[in-house]
Amino acid sequence: MTRARWLAALGAALCLAAAADPADRLANPAEEARARAIFQETRCLVCQGQSIDDSDADLASDLRKLIRDQVRAGRSDSAIRAFLVHRYGEFVLLRPPLSVETALLWGGPFAVAVFGLGLLLYRRRRPVETPGLTDDEERRIADLAEVPPI
Amino acid sequence: MTAEFGQFALILAMTLSIAQAGLSFWGRARRNGVLTGLGEGAALGAFGAVLIGFAALIWAFVTSDFSVVNVAENSHTEKPLIYKIAGAWGSHEGSILLWCLALTAYGAALSLARGLPWGLKALAVAVQGSLGVLFIGYMVLASDPLLRLVSPPVEGRSLNPLLQDPALAAHPPFLYAGYVGLSVVFSLALAALIEGRVDAAWARWLRPWTLAAWGLLTIGITLGAFWAYYELGWGGWWFWDPVENASLMPWLAATALLHSAIVTEKRGALPAWTAFLAIFAFTLSMLGAFLVRSGVLTSVHAFAIDPARGLLLLAILGAASGAGFLLFALRGPKLKDAAAFAPISRESALIINNVILTAVTTAVLAGTLWPLVLEAFGRQGGVGAPYFNLVVGSLMAVAFVVLPVGPLLAWRRGDAIGALQRLAVAGCAGLLIAIAAYALDSPRRAVAAVGVGLGAWLIAGAFVEAAERLRLGKAPWRESLRRAGGLPRGGWGMNLAHIGLGVFVMGAAFETAWKSEDAAVLTTGAGMPLAAFHLTLDSVTDRPGPNYDAERGVIQVTDPAGRGVCTATPERRTYATGGQTTSQVAICPRGLDDIYIVLGERRVAPGGGSSWLVRAYWNPWARLIFLGPILMALGGALSLSDRRIRLAAGRRMPRSQIAPAAAE
Repeated sequence: MTRARWLAALGAALCLAAAADPADRLANPAEEARARAIFQETRCLVCQGQSIDDSDADLASDLRKLIRDQVRAGRSDSAIRAFLVHRYGEFVLLRPPLSVETALLWGGPFAVAVFGLGLLLYRRRRPVETPGLTDDEERRIADLAEVPPI
Repeated sequence: MTAEFGQFALILAMTLSIAQAGLSFWGRARRNGVLTGLGEGAALGAFGAVLIGFAALIWAFVTSDFSVVNVAENSHTEKPLIYKIAGAWGSHEGSILLWCLALTAYGAALSLARGLPWGLKALAVAVQGSLGVLFIGYMVLASDPLLRLVSPPVEGRSLNPLLQDPALAAHPPFLYAGYVGLSVVFSLALAALIEGRVDAAWARWLRPWTLAAWGLLTIGITLGAFWAYYELGWGGWWFWDPVENASLMPWLAATALLHSAIVTEKRGALPAWTAFLAIFAFTLSMLGAFLVRSGVLTSVHAFAIDPARGLLLLAILGAASGAGFLLFALRGPKLKDAAAFAPISRESALIINNVILTAVTTAVLAGTLWPLVLEAFGRQGGVGAPYFNLVVGSLMAVAFVVLPVGPLLAWRRGDAIGALQRLAVAGCAGLLIAIAAYALDSPRRAVAAVGVGLGAWLIAGAFVEAAERLRLGKAPWRESLRRAGGLPRGGWGMNLAHIGLGVFVMGAAFETAWKSEDAAVLTTGAGMPLAAFHLTLDSVTDRPGPNYDAERGVIQVTDPAGRGVCTATPERRTYATGGQTTSQVAICPRGLDDIYIVLGERRVAPGGGSSWLVRAYWNPWARLIFLGPILMALGGALSLSDRRIRLAAGRRMPRSQIAPAAAE
């Protein structure tokens, strides 16, 4: 077992409440759902790899409160995300936006797929004639056919 | 004394591995059967020696010998026996020993294998021995699992309580058996490249080892996901955590290899690509071990504390896979791809499978290593679940659409229209179920509906393929029955594995879209709603365990009609050693669905009494997520038992020793 899983697990065990704690919820269920969706795509900056939806760290709790306040104040999702990026940098986003830098990350796998399929079509464009067997091959098959199957 | 004896055995194992590699290479070069025979003997000896070292470590754990560092840090006298044993592979040193045990066990199985050509086998044993030198050398020189302490403590520090769990006790052995099973594939690929014979026969020898490794890896990953599901109390089962990705990447590569090896075996096509995948799959295994063991991804600090070990593992990875890829670069271009095929043929379908699996592997690799790439440019960042779900999900969806068509196409030149006609039933079933699922909920959940439809398409497609083989409905039933008896098990295995994949896809899509979650602070007697159910907290009592104290909640679950569904007893455990707290999730299965209940912390109620935070999830079809991979692994096992793949006819051997078949 690894340190990563270990720490994540430990964190998880200690943070049973995290985002779902009824004491912190917004009164309006639609707003609460919007806030939760943002939480899930916001990195908890002090915990490795977790979103603030999962984490019980103080910072995550503060960020949740901040985002809930902004949702209640009626700000749009993109405005809230822009605010978070302005304050913490792009690192805070778990889903990096498409940019010149992340194009490789987002496009790479699809480029591999397209390249592979293109290669397949290019190499196999023409249906092929199968050459017949040579006399030697025919003889070998005849030899093999005489061997009784196991 | 046993610990020193074990240490000695491990040093002996390293020496024997050196002998195994040296004698086998030398024997092959001199065409001397005595030398290669000695090399095989050394392989058996190396396995025996590592086994003795492993037994010594288990013994130290069972007897709680705290003068061994590893035991003092990971065990405790009060721990139940099974977790004392499991503690042996709970640490870095112990897991490397387990890795070496698997490596030498496969080496021994390889040297006992029959039917392989002499030269290929000698070289494969030699390469396997070289891997043994690298990894056992690392263990002996830098990661001694049996190191003694100068002043042993009275009591150990105990294994993390979260890891004290039956599924997790079994998870590493399966996972490592799978990871390291790919080492044989790697060795066979290098041997074939050196011999210059990468052909259909070689692909046939490759397949059983790939199948075994793939099946074990499937079980290992599923056990890990299942553990995460019921032990972590998050209600989720896959988190795209770097450690999970590290195990997924070799699995994806092994899956691709399994399919490309079929093309090479049946048609002699793609030999270079199959050899490349064989090297790549084990490289990903080693990369996984490196990423996880060095801690480079989770924490830069963990890496910095012990940079020597991380760098050493990286050096081993570089040496092994570097040699593999160099050899491939030298020999690969000379390999002749003899077979020709039309764009619509089974070959093409299998290549599409490979292209997409490669793209998915790229995505997982890129997403996992992205933080390192950014760090190289002095920045911080990374991706999370949203990236993986989107990229992996959309690519796999394409693969799932193509999958059922593949087995119905003929080799060389297939009839796409004919195959699609035969699949019309399956397609309609998938479409209907997708529409039904879509109609059940809002368009926002359309993605999930597509997932469920694709799952149904995969399952129905597998049934159509089996029906076609049996000529069900087209021939008298007697004839179909006769055909069923005569079909090779490999065909059944393939269909079972594809059904398992469909089951998994349906479960994963359905669960992800329609699960619901709620939390409430309850006093005893109070209740909360969850989906259509109602939960009532009856009581919370203290209950001492073997090495922990627990608060156990008794929660009555009732359905909308007021009938009792089950009595759930989630626990919150506090371990005296280390003072950690874990939650024991209560899961009420209802058909395919789970009602998943977590007892949280105690709080002071407004009236002054106690209340508890209760979190509950309704996870519909969650059982399918774990059932699917089990079916896939069973399909793999069924294929392995195929007469065409099994060892010499009529001779049964233990699973670990299954070796490529001699020509029938």
